[in-house]
Amino acid sequence: MTNSKTIVLVGGGHNGLVCATYLAKGLGPAGYTVQVLEAREQIGGAASTRCFGQDSCKGGFRVSAVAHVLHSLDPQIGRDLNLANAGLDRGPAIETISLGRNGDHLTLSATAVSGNGLSKVDIESYASFKNEFRSYAKALKPLMTNRPPRLKNMDRRDLITLTQLGWALRFGLGANSMLEFLRVGGINIYDVLNEQFDSERLKGAIAADAVIGHHMGPRTPTTVLTYLHRLQGELHSPQTLPPGGMGKVTEALAEAARIAGVHIRTGAKVTRILVRDGSVTGVALDSGERIDTELVVSNADAKTTFLKLVGTQDLDAMFAHRIRKTRTNGTVAKLHLGLKGLPEVNGMSVAQLGQRLLIAPDMGYVEHAFNHAKYGEFSEHPVLEITLPSITDASLTRDGYHVMSVVACFAPYALKTGWDQGREVFADRIVSLLGAYFPGIASQIVARELLTPVDIEAQYNITGGHWHHGELGIDQSFMMRPVHGAAQYDTPVDGLFLCGAAAHPGGGVTGVPGRLAAERILALSR
Amino acid sequence: MVEKDHFRQVLQHSPFHDRIEEHNLIKNWMSWNGYQTARVLDTLSAEYFAIRSGCSVMDLTPMEKYRITGPDSLAFLNRLVARDLSKLKPNRVTYVVWCNDDGKVLDDGTIFHLGDAGYRLCSQHHQLDWLLISSQGFDVEIAEETHEVAALAVQGPTSCAVLRAAGIDGLDQLKPFGIQYSQLLGFEVMVSRTGYTGDLGYEVWTEPRHAVDLWDAIFATKHRGLYDVRVIGLDALEMVRIEAGFIMPGDDFITAETAVRADHDRSPFELGVGWTVNLDKPYFTGKRALIKEKSSAIKRRLVKLVVEGNKPPVDSFLYDAMKGKRIGTIKSQTWSPILKANLAMADIDYINGKAPREIWAEIYYQKELTWHATWARTTVSEKPFWSHPRKSATPPGPY
Repeated sequence: MTNSKTIVLVGGGHNGLVCATYLAKGLGPAGYTVQVLEAREQIGGAASTRCFGQDSCKGGFRVSAVAHVLHSLDPQIGRDLNLANAGLDRGPAIETISLGRNGDHLTLSATAVSGNGLSKVDIESYASFKNEFRSYAKALKPLMTNRPPRLKNMDRRDLITLTQLGWALRFGLGANSMLEFLRVGGINIYDVLNEQFDSERLKGAIAADAVIGHHMGPRTPTTVLTYLHRLQGELHSPQTLPPGGMGKVTEALAEAARIAGVHIRTGAKVTRILVRDGSVTGVALDSGERIDTELVVSNADAKTTFLKLVGTQDLDAMFAHRIRKTRTNGTVAKLHLGLKGLPEVNGMSVAQLGQRLLIAPDMGYVEHAFNHAKYGEFSEHPVLEITLPSITDASLTRDGYHVMSVVACFAPYALKTGWDQGREVFADRIVSLLGAYFPGIASQIVARELLTPVDIEAQYNITGGHWHHGELGIDQSFMMRPVHGAAQYDTPVDGLFLCGAAAHPGGGVTGVPGRLAAERILALSR
Repeated sequence: MVEKDHFRQVLQHSPFHDRIEEHNLIKNWMSWNGYQTARVLDTLSAEYFAIRSGCSVMDLTPMEKYRITGPDSLAFLNRLVARDLSKLKPNRVTYVVWCNDDGKVLDDGTIFHLGDAGYRLCSQHHQLDWLLISSQGFDVEIAEETHEVAALAVQGPTSCAVLRAAGIDGLDQLKPFGIQYSQLLGFEVMVSRTGYTGDLGYEVWTEPRHAVDLWDAIFATKHRGLYDVRVIGLDALEMVRIEAGFIMPGDDFITAETAVRADHDRSPFELGVGWTVNLDKPYFTGKRALIKEKSSAIKRRLVKLVVEGNKPPVDSFLYDAMKGKRIGTIKSQTWSPILKANLAMADIDYINGKAPREIWAEIYYQKELTWHATWARTTVSEKPFWSHPRKSATPPGPY
């Protein structure tokens, strides 16, 4: 592969840390130095913990920055990198509660649903629906946990993956389930849920899971696939709220990396990936420093990696064009509220408030919320995913205060009016919607901040502020993620690899792209 | 933008159209790039010999023309084309090919360094979309100027004398691939010593509003009895370009943009224009693929073939022996009156990086509506079939 002494990882997000650790372990004491360069002062990227409120971290509030529920961290990574030893604490398992205005909340676990006014048929259908869909998710596992296979010029690994996938679909699912999977695989979640359930609120809650983070509404084709993408996590672990916020998870990953011998530098912003004659020669930092290396692994999104750091002059024109045309505009805003006292919801215990709460009363509501995003507006009635992590985690703020973390859909990156104008209006709109479920919450707010996609882009260096580093549409997934020609972690630039959410299998705090990128690099080095 | 009945005129008229129409006795028109263009005006052989033995004039206005300006113009063009443009000086022209990501040729053309006015790229096919795709990340402006520039190709042994007699001074000092600016009857013309005939010749560029005056100034030399000057059509041009060994994208090979089937597109090496590829310059689109291609033996080539006998090898299959293994096809061919030979451009498979020892053409021809088949031996010509010292002599000498 290379005789160079240094391997540079651009970006210290969770995938970058996972990849670096695998590389350091895989290469062993061969004289390599694996360096992670993170532009921010803090590692973790969008999976970090941030402070807000007047007094900042002292007496203020701390909250998971962008991702706030851990639901899909790959257990293989936990074992391989011994994350428990590095201090990983997933935190308490939580369920999803879809809020009703009149106390008629629904509680959705991985296998069962309960709630007032839910028919027996719906309760039974939910169990069988989840069972069936988990089996689909499981059938896709060979594809989701391996390097996406090339369909032309296949190598052995590609053949094995395709064989496993074919086997899982045909014999794992069985003939009937496979037929049903092939029927629903490419269609929208709206039609599927209408076939399955009567309860509008139940359908709304499931549909929200299929579209949160995507520029999609329940009626958008392929929302069954995005739902299955989310279900991957359910195959191995419950969703949890990590103590200390998501930053503690990436701190554990960083610790595992350090144990493996990785050097982590923060405040080290890479401004160029240096390329000569189609091969990587090093990276340049904004401090003016230059690091010579023949191997750079980028955890940044594809547009940042290729269009900003490498630059089009060192790429083929059509490849650069295809990268430029990927859809990377985010549609999610994050609202953080510092509250005096715990808000109350009609008919809910404190323990219930500590779960993952949804405001998605029905599929029409979710679809209408999305409609605005299509036309460059934020939702008039947004879909919300709410957590109150301070209920189980006192470290986040002082006594008598609480932190509310709200994922708000839809908030398009390219807002017609611009976010300078829209930011506070949208924040007010979310707060007023919250008021309908948490009476009096407006008077409890002592601090608030709204991170729009524009803010996420600026603060976390993600093009378009997109959580998944690019839409998880079927045309931007698998062997086409981020684009064909760069879908197996290696890129047209010799010595440059992708290891972030822009690579297969995409976003979420899974660590899988990082693991697969490292496996690819190690395989090529043999 | 256009009158709402613009669609009634299917083919556009160039600013020279009225003059050309006067000469076009047989009204044999065709479309070139959407312009109504003469195929033949009266007699093909007379037009051919005007190019080789006198002075020919052809309307170049339909040729695709693009202006590239802005601080990154050179960097942009150097990343676009396979040739190294960093040594191209102002008022000079060079021949280039450009490739897609896979190193397959999209088109060929010429680049004119217009000094402070930027660069002009002339191409066979429409390239605006590819230029815009390629311009991402470069501070350049790209404008299509096909319709804003009127141009005439004035080619042949007496072309220099004709243009000087028409009032363009200093032309005898213009070197091949050079550009000069002259005043003619109070308007400016740009003259480049370039062409598609492989002979002494010039291309004269001006604004469309001066087109007719330029035409009349050139033809005045004929009316004054000084020189014969003849309008030519595309059929005569096809004959001389094959004699000169110039390739024609779309005819001699399918351009990479239009190729659908795998292995039907062609690299610069496969087209015999590898001499324009510079793998030592900074990155350009297709470089990676071309470096890889160069590391193994070439699989096929577009070659220049002299075909024995007097039967035209139209669309002929080629074999490695008489009744042997089929190895390729003729792409375009002509009878060369000046060389008294059948000349062809042919796409053939190479064996271990070399041309087959023998190449035979199977030729089908008609006699009084009855078909016959025959075999003809062919020989590969690495040099242009036809060339003449006056092509590159400065001054070109009196004719």
